[in-house]
Amino acid sequence: MAESEAEMREMIVNELTQAMHDIIRDVARFLPRLVVMLVIALVGWLIASILKWALRSILQLAKFDKLSENAGASQLLKQAALPSSTELLSRFVFWVAFLGFILLGVSVLGIVGLQEYIARFFLFLPRLFVALFIVFFGLLAASFFSRSALLASVNADLPSPRLIALSVRTVIIIFVFSMVFEELGVADQTALLAFGVAFGGLVFGLALAFGIGGKDLAREFLQRRFVHRRKEEKEDELSPL
Amino acid sequence: MSADLLTQQRSVPPRTEAKLAEESFLTDDLIRQLINVGEVDILVGLPTHNNGKTITPVLQAIQAGILKCFPRERVVIINADGGSRDGTPELITGASIDDVRHAYKLHALRTLHAITTQYGTTPASGPALRTILASADLLRAKACAVISPESSNIDPEWVARLLQPVYRENFDLVLPVYQRHKFEGLLMRQLVYPMTRAIYGWRVREPFATDYAFSGGLGSQFLTDNHWDDEAGHSGPELLLTLTALTRGFRSCQTFLGPKGTSDRGSSDLVPAIRQTVGSLFSSLEPNYPVWSGISGSQALTTIGPESEVTLEPLRVNRKRLREMFCSGVSELQSVFASILMPETLAQLRLLGSCTEDEFRYSEELWVKTVYEFAAAYQKAVISRDHIVQALAPLYRGRIFSFLSENRNATGEMVEANVEGLCSEFERLKPYLLEIWNGGK
Repeated sequence: MAESEAEMREMIVNELTQAMHDIIRDVARFLPRLVVMLVIALVGWLIASILKWALRSILQLAKFDKLSENAGASQLLKQAALPSSTELLSRFVFWVAFLGFILLGVSVLGIVGLQEYIARFFLFLPRLFVALFIVFFGLLAASFFSRSALLASVNADLPSPRLIALSVRTVIIIFVFSMVFEELGVADQTALLAFGVAFGGLVFGLALAFGIGGKDLAREFLQRRFVHRRKEEKEDELSPL
Repeated sequence: MSADLLTQQRSVPPRTEAKLAEESFLTDDLIRQLINVGEVDILVGLPTHNNGKTITPVLQAIQAGILKCFPRERVVIINADGGSRDGTPELITGASIDDVRHAYKLHALRTLHAITTQYGTTPASGPALRTILASADLLRAKACAVISPESSNIDPEWVARLLQPVYRENFDLVLPVYQRHKFEGLLMRQLVYPMTRAIYGWRVREPFATDYAFSGGLGSQFLTDNHWDDEAGHSGPELLLTLTALTRGFRSCQTFLGPKGTSDRGSSDLVPAIRQTVGSLFSSLEPNYPVWSGISGSQALTTIGPESEVTLEPLRVNRKRLREMFCSGVSELQSVFASILMPETLAQLRLLGSCTEDEFRYSEELWVKTVYEFAAAYQKAVISRDHIVQALAPLYRGRIFSFLSENRNATGEMVEANVEGLCSEFERLKPYLLEIWNGGK
């Protein structure tokens, strides 16, 4: 009885010792990986900071804020209480780079299952960049063409120039975001359908408003453009040059 | 620094260099025709696009002017056409000199050549002038004139008045002075003339000329300048030619031609007209900054004949529409103006937009500040440069409304005094332009 008790105690001690050894061995195996991960994260932080600083300098030199202001992006950022587009883009690049390094470090830890998610994240990055590129240049195009429409409408003395400019801007922005969703693979079919419905609805609505709802206005407008206008222009025939 | 300092040493590149540079620009067919003509003394350029209605009398006046004043010289007429569909080039090539001989009882000692070439399918004054200059360079023309096909009031004397100062008195550029109605050509008199005068220091009445003459040397210099691909070089090279002559010390003068022909250009063509003139003027400021930044005041240019002549016959003008378009422009384009104008200027314009017709007065000072702020915004490209130029149109209408109201019953002298006052204001406020140009505000 006493022997079996001693055996049992020894077994427990052995098991505990073995477990302790295993834990120590695992910790000993894990610690260097953790250190490597921390080193990777630190290097990543340094590289990301350098990237942020370099990008900020380049964007400041290229007067990116002005471009963004022209695109109307700055106004959107201000309304959302966000920093300037240069700062935002620099910070974005910093976090993407830093997060990339952290994930690289995490993959060194050898945690099963994480590897696949990390690979997916890196595969998703180019699409995210393309989407951001589309958003920025889309906003730029929307701003440019809506301003062109506004100026042309004012100089042609058309009614509601701001409504015309807003329509142009809205159509372009809807189109841009449908492209962005398609690029990101987020509800792409829905976005495409939504664009089709919105665009078709807009055109149909305008046709209805022009043809039926505002037929008097349409008649008046057309008469003013093509009948009375000629008379007015004759009276106003001052050659500028 | 005064405008005298503008008289610099001219450096005209060798003509062969320009010729080589332009060899690829001219078509083989045109070069063949030019080689058949050989060297000439005088070249008359006729840029056209669907001018079938007016081209025949203009061509006859040019031919008569040449036969009358330059019977011994070798002369060629070059028609640079922008893809006319009304048979304009055919009218030119088919025009017989015999009609002119009989009508004016003149005799030619030499063959008067006429060549037609198509520079493109859409009209643009840049390629048209470039074709004429390259042809003149290849033919080693001593004097060249460009005549507008819309100059319905042209008489044969115009050819002599434009070409003689170049051919016989060694001037490099001859610009026109016209007799105009007091309310015609207001873009020129309210903006282009006063601003060019204040900036470059020369009192040139028509910096953007449609009828003008120049020497082969100036033509070659302008041809080699690299501005043909710019918007200004494409749509308004006439003004750039004037500025090249003024800023590089070429001998320039102006000559009185008589009444300016009435063109089809009406108020609806305001934006293209602003692009051609104001756009070119604004675009010239940056490269010429070292020249103009030191100039103060202005000096008169040699003028043959009267410096201006104003007619006063009654003219019906829809002033109400001008003011309405100004007010709607100020109200609709707030966001555009906010990026171009200083806050205080914009505030004054807003105030003006809410004035009644009787209270409305777009003062000279406000107008000059507006124009200078537009020029500085154009240099800084705060928004698309073409948008900046377009945005000036409604404000110009407001200024014109004010000018028309103030000068409704004015005599010719009063109108001239008014224009002179505006010119002085442009000169007085030039330091303001320099301040905003250099980012002082």
